[in-house]
Amino acid sequence: MPDTSTRELTFAQAVREALAEEMRLDARVCILGEDVAEAGTPFKVLSGLVEEFGTDRVLDTPISEAGFTGIAVGAAMTGLRPVVDIMFGDFLTLTMDQMVNQAAKIHYMSGGKWRVPMVLRTTLGASRRSAAQHSQSLHAWLSHVPGLKVVIPSTPYDAKGLLKTAIRDENPVVFFEDKMMHHKLKGPVPTGEYTIPFGVADVKRVGTDITLVATSSMVQVALGAADMLAEVGISAEVVDPRTMWPLDEKTLIESAKKTSRAIVIDEGYGRYGVTAELASVISEGAFYHLDGPVIRMGAMHVPIPFSPPLEDLTVPTEKTLFAAAQKLCSKS
Amino acid sequence: MTTLSELPVNTITTKDLWMHAHRQMVRIRLFEEQVNELYTRALMPGLAHLYVGEEAIAVGICEALDKEDYVTSTHRGHGHCLAKGASPDLMFAELLGKEAGYCRGKGGSMHIADPATGNLGANAIVGGSMGIATGAAFSAKHLKNGRVAACFFGEGALGQGLFYEELNLAQLWKLPVIYVCENNLYNEYTHYSETTAGDICARATAFGVKAETVDGQDLRAVYTTAKQLIDRARAGEGPAFLMCNTYRYTGHHVGDINREYYRSKQEEQEWKSTRDPIKLHVEWLIRENLADAATCDAVEAEVREEMKAAVEFAIAASYPGPEEVEKHVYA
Repeated sequence: MPDTSTRELTFAQAVREALAEEMRLDARVCILGEDVAEAGTPFKVLSGLVEEFGTDRVLDTPISEAGFTGIAVGAAMTGLRPVVDIMFGDFLTLTMDQMVNQAAKIHYMSGGKWRVPMVLRTTLGASRRSAAQHSQSLHAWLSHVPGLKVVIPSTPYDAKGLLKTAIRDENPVVFFEDKMMHHKLKGPVPTGEYTIPFGVADVKRVGTDITLVATSSMVQVALGAADMLAEVGISAEVVDPRTMWPLDEKTLIESAKKTSRAIVIDEGYGRYGVTAELASVISEGAFYHLDGPVIRMGAMHVPIPFSPPLEDLTVPTEKTLFAAAQKLCSKS
Repeated sequence: MTTLSELPVNTITTKDLWMHAHRQMVRIRLFEEQVNELYTRALMPGLAHLYVGEEAIAVGICEALDKEDYVTSTHRGHGHCLAKGASPDLMFAELLGKEAGYCRGKGGSMHIADPATGNLGANAIVGGSMGIATGAAFSAKHLKNGRVAACFFGEGALGQGLFYEELNLAQLWKLPVIYVCENNLYNEYTHYSETTAGDICARATAFGVKAETVDGQDLRAVYTTAKQLIDRARAGEGPAFLMCNTYRYTGHHVGDINREYYRSKQEEQEWKSTRDPIKLHVEWLIRENLADAATCDAVEAEVREEMKAAVEFAIAASYPGPEEVEKHVYA
């Protein structure tokens, strides 16, 4: 009998459990990053792993993002399955040559001869009063690059199942976790073994009047807005793509065809962001079923400010999404 | 073509080693002669960065490595690839963008990779492979498979910050990696003295990394020093930095013809006539009675035939079909 019981875990606990399980299953899996061992990362996501797996498999690195990401690329090519921890997604900028020119290209440039089975875990999200160099959501950058897979889970259940898939994948995978969700968001996670395939969107709430395509932290925002919309008689469907690439275009298009209206909401910058891609997919795939243009909502095109009332203005909220959805439904 | 490490151990004599190394240097020289020809006849797409003049470094290092050991290379990578045991026909096919090439025509001159000979790939980002080589050494240590990684780069890569991050990590973790700096004096079109402050080896020793300097035109100096550093790394004593002083006979790439604005013809002529690694090695072989001039000429004639056949193979080979363009984006 498969174990079908669940318990409530935080997002961070789900991530930690995925790593621990995969490390027990596969001796090639190791973790590299700043303060990942005894400190368990400053976000305390990895606490306890070094006690079980030792410092040969959970390695504290210098503050040297390009250096240890490069080591992960070479190690992945030669027999290990490294998981790199980049504390703040903003620091991805320091790894860009290794991720964009090296990890993403090696399989193709070698005609399929070398593989780079590594995972880069990092964070996204504002709202922490951390200012412009610790608050960005840069998943659009990496989603732009062929050769990388990009995962952006929104619940503890998704985080665990998708991270296990990422570790077992033969390609470089970038895994974005919203740092505000790590300890605040709890959810049911099965006790037994499970994985979630890439490229399969999840309908987080079924509805008939409008589709809200939401990623990461914005899924909770969309669910909150959907509650508010229900109170005014609008039935919203919330769809979470879960992976930016591969992208489940079919589910997005089918949902928009059904509801005839769509808003795409993401915490990355609106301009040239993932919302542009998702909105384009829906527009091309469901154009003749739509009653209005696909609306995009992302972070304002400003560096994220420090001052709390200013920071709060930059990121979409339940209220702004509710207003946009109500307007789209009333116009069409 | 076998590498030295593939010969049965009891057949290896000092003479075999030095003759094999001679043949490998001649193969690189004549390979590049053909590359120049292909490029100037407009048969080769893209860019061609020739290694002529630097042959003793690739050969000296790779003869000291085992077949299973790893190398990473540069945009000037044909020499490293051949020295590690690659086959010239598949290399020429790759240079011409043919499906039979090492990378199915998708990598080209600057990206040749070959798992069978431990070649993790040439790299068109200056200094870009330093992480990969260090990572290969990391996995070798972790998996306890006894392998060593050699990371080739030019002196131009000394300006890249990644190098210092990797030196720090490699020394902290005692990784079996040899950083081989080929100082051919020119960062593309600029003399290295205009770009490089201070003492180069001191940059490595500052991290506690063992550093040696050799005459990169002297095959035996490169080989014997490399052997010591590789043995030391394999024994768990950590990384090393090997500075090889050398000279690039031709321009930064084949199209770099009029280069008197950055270096004189006289300088080039002096290196070619007095410091040529193949000439110096042949003179030594003859002096030590390990070979005579006729034997060395015969090696050259054989290699010339080998290269001619390899080029013919590549020219006759097919281009990849359109279905190939989307293959191997993901594994």
